Amino acid sequence: MSVLATIGMQAVEVAQEAFTAAEERNIAGAAGAGMAYGLAAIGPGIGIGYLVGQAVQAMARQPESAGAVRTNMFLGIAFTEALALIGFVVFILLKFA
Amino acid sequence: MFGFEYPSIQDLVVWPNYFGGDSFWALNKIGLISLLAMILPALMFLLSKKEMVPRGLQNVVEGSVEFVENQIIMPAIGPEGLRYLPLLLSIFLFVFFGNIFEVIPTFQMPANARMANPMFLALIVLVVFTVIGFKHNGLSYLKGIAWPHDVPIGLRPLVGFIELLSVFLIRPFGLAVRLFANMLAGHILLVTFGALTIAVFTTSVLVVLTPLTFGMLIILTAFEMFVSFLQAFVFAILTAVYIDSSLHAH
Repeated sequence: MSVLATIGMQAVEVAQEAFTAAEERNIAGAAGAGMAYGLAAIGPGIGIGYLVGQAVQAMARQPESAGAVRTNMFLGIAFTEALALIGFVVFILLKFA
Repeated sequence: MFGFEYPSIQDLVVWPNYFGGDSFWALNKIGLISLLAMILPALMFLLSKKEMVPRGLQNVVEGSVEFVENQIIMPAIGPEGLRYLPLLLSIFLFVFFGNIFEVIPTFQMPANARMANPMFLALIVLVVFTVIGFKHNGLSYLKGIAWPHDVPIGLRPLVGFIELLSVFLIRPFGLAVRLFANMLAGHILLVTFGALTIAVFTTSVLVVLTPLTFGMLIILTAFEMFVSFLQAFVFAILTAVYIDSSLHAH
């Protein structure tokens, strides 16, 4: 983490030396956008992995209930995925708006 | 670096008007696709023959109706939800046809990658499940949300506030953003690999990478077809789940 922070501070120093205010804002926006999407993808990634893993396990144990499990799996994915997608929207907003 | 110029986001999602200038009747690509997404399913249903043994188009039409019945309404609501079949089928087909234009050549733009379409659909869903809730439960629908009975009394204001927010704000917002962001992300992904293929193909050395990027583009196109179907399915089944929660509110 401290390495990241050091690199970040160096990047800010370089930015202060070499770029105008508008460019600086663009750089900060791009860095923040990348960070926002990366951080937003962590939780849903773990969540969807766990969810689908459990669903596959349920389907393997009870193949006759595979249909119901699959429907509910897609529902759960839809709810979990929303967080990552909001991160993606924040990315778009920071980068382009 | 490799002659790779990524188009700006304006070029990806903003389309000039075909005609009409700035007037109310102006029509751009999104409007055209939305109109097609409205007209094509209706035509499909009107043109199919009503025979005992279905052939051709009638198979598609009956298949879509049965899909909505058996995969969306029955698991989410049950037999009493069959009266909402027209609404859910319309939503499913409109969203699906709006999405599938993402991979159809000469269009290659999902209508739902602009916020207006998903937002309006989500507002319709909000109105529908609110009206159904009040119709079936009266004013106790609102009371059941804002003052939940199965929660300890000290927590009721807090939980009620959260529930109010989640039902009337987060639900439509989540619906709209889910569809919008999925389609926009898919569109950007396809554009990325398309631009990458062109950039790689026009360089001298990296041209050997063309099969990789082009193959990836083909795979992603197939994946986006799946996603456009899945998002229509998810939108319809979430609508059904919300209708069910309004029917059986306590």
